[in-house]
Amino acid sequence: MTNDVLNLRCHVGTGDIVSGEALVTDDNFSARYDLDRKEGVFSRPQHKLYGQSYVDKILVVNTAKGGVASAWMLYEMASRNIAPKAILFNQVNPILTQGSAFANMAMCDRFEDGDVTTLIKTGDTVTVDPKRGLVTVVQAV
Amino acid sequence: MGRLTTVAGEKTYFVMLLARFWFGVEGVANITGNSTEKFTLHGGIVYSFVFDFLVNIMNSISIKLNSEEQAMLDGDFGSARQWAMQHLLEVGRFFDATDLVPVTQAHIMADTESLGEAGVRFLENFARLSEGERVVRIPMITDPRGIDFKHYQALKQTEEMASLEQRAIDAFSALGILMTDTCINYQTITPPTRGEHLAFGDTGVVIYCNSVLGARSNFEGGPSSLAAGLTGRAPRYGLHLESNRRATKRFNVAFQPSSLADWGALGAIIGKQAGSYWEVPAIEGITATPSSDQLKHMGAAMASYGSIPLFHLVGVTPEAPDINAVCDPSVTLSVDVQQKDIDEFFGQYGARGEKVDVVVFSAPQLSLFEMNDVAKLLDGKKLHSDTALLAVTSPTVYADAKRFGIVDKIERSGAMVLSGMCFYQSYAREMGLANGWRRLLTNSAKLTNIIGGYGYQPTLASMQECVNSAIAGEIL
Repeated sequence: MTNDVLNLRCHVGTGDIVSGEALVTDDNFSARYDLDRKEGVFSRPQHKLYGQSYVDKILVVNTAKGGVASAWMLYEMASRNIAPKAILFNQVNPILTQGSAFANMAMCDRFEDGDVTTLIKTGDTVTVDPKRGLVTVVQAV
Repeated sequence: MGRLTTVAGEKTYFVMLLARFWFGVEGVANITGNSTEKFTLHGGIVYSFVFDFLVNIMNSISIKLNSEEQAMLDGDFGSARQWAMQHLLEVGRFFDATDLVPVTQAHIMADTESLGEAGVRFLENFARLSEGERVVRIPMITDPRGIDFKHYQALKQTEEMASLEQRAIDAFSALGILMTDTCINYQTITPPTRGEHLAFGDTGVVIYCNSVLGARSNFEGGPSSLAAGLTGRAPRYGLHLESNRRATKRFNVAFQPSSLADWGALGAIIGKQAGSYWEVPAIEGITATPSSDQLKHMGAAMASYGSIPLFHLVGVTPEAPDINAVCDPSVTLSVDVQQKDIDEFFGQYGARGEKVDVVVFSAPQLSLFEMNDVAKLLDGKKLHSDTALLAVTSPTVYADAKRFGIVDKIERSGAMVLSGMCFYQSYAREMGLANGWRRLLTNSAKLTNIIGGYGYQPTLASMQECVNSAIAGEIL
């Protein structure tokens, strides 16, 4: 039995090619509001990923929330190897784009095929190719 | 220019459509069976090849640069400005900008809790360059810092935090950045004018300047603000474009907010419902002209809860003398916001009767008028021995408040007045653990949205209720 493979097209993003395990929510994202950046987990009790580790994950979320601090924080988190490998959004805001560009973190948004938080499931193996605007998903069995 | 904008603005989708057109029947059959493209060996490879070929062609339509911008990109003005141009172009390409826009002021959010050791080192590398290479080209100011050096020991912040803060300040100063340490620069430094293009950090600053003053700025995170300061440019996308300033959603407010906390709650409700950075709420139904502080709290909460950078308050803000000026007839749906929505918003934080550890007036920093109101409420009173109260403001307001006796009046109650910092940008998690603070009471809806992630249990109340609770030691 082979795993299904999906190719998802999106807008050209930032950063280099990465692969990893998906962590998916239809909730939104801010590094400042939602994370314990020392422990590497979601720390805001109201967040749907509360308590879960985001480290080395391909994080798939709906959109970005306010707070300009995330632009520095992605770089700082990456410097301590306690960052996601990539973040995929349905639609991102400038802050997370600026932060991923600064940190050279893979990040994409504007998926052609619809809601990326339903197209990818937690546990899927995902390869993000930002310069091609291509995300390949090997679905978990 | 018009055609170029259209093509670049829809670059990826244009390529997609063209690739499918060229790919012909097989590609269509492959794609249309399911809106998600199933990767099959034959069709997928050919499709991908055509797609990449066209992406490369479209990416070659680069952002237009004038000779000075090209020289900065080529490194003729040194490595800092070269990095800055590269950063601006990467962000600009992401948002399909076709050129750069000159900006007249930059404002940078760069507290050391966000910067960390890595961020401070990045700044220090620039600070070591020659003066001609490192100094910013336009007036550039700072958002609140993480440390007030007069009070950090009383707050149980560490020497390590203070040391990192001092290194950041030294680096910023070497870059020619003015250490204003404020998120209310539109009330205290130099308010921008209508139509002025800016590179402002702090979401509360941006939404106020866009909405209330009619200036033009995107949310600029620290690295992008720095890049703008070093070059005097920002990528022309988002709110630099008139087309993105039109209202996309209408809100009808069926009650009149009273306290600053009410205004914040209204901003939070609208922000949550508006939903993303790319939505522009038009707000109707407010009958009295609001004050600067009221709009400050509403905007800061709206930006915090919804990532919203611009609102139009019909009949008040400059781009919206009437609804038709900012809203096309096609935007017909209007969301009602009623008193019960505000009551429910406050109710979610309810903790009446519980011990309150810390009362915080911050986020945004307090104006002189707010400081005066806090002083009047605390005058002659003493805080409960188990409750702390922090009033946080900018260095310029602090100086005036000190001169007018406002600071002394607040401090005589046992409260602390902090200058140049903001509570959530000041190692809030570590302060909470060190001081045993968990239950936090504030009149800032913005702060209630942020501070839960730092281990606090926030409650929202009016300034009067906050002060009364601080005196009683419990939430009244």
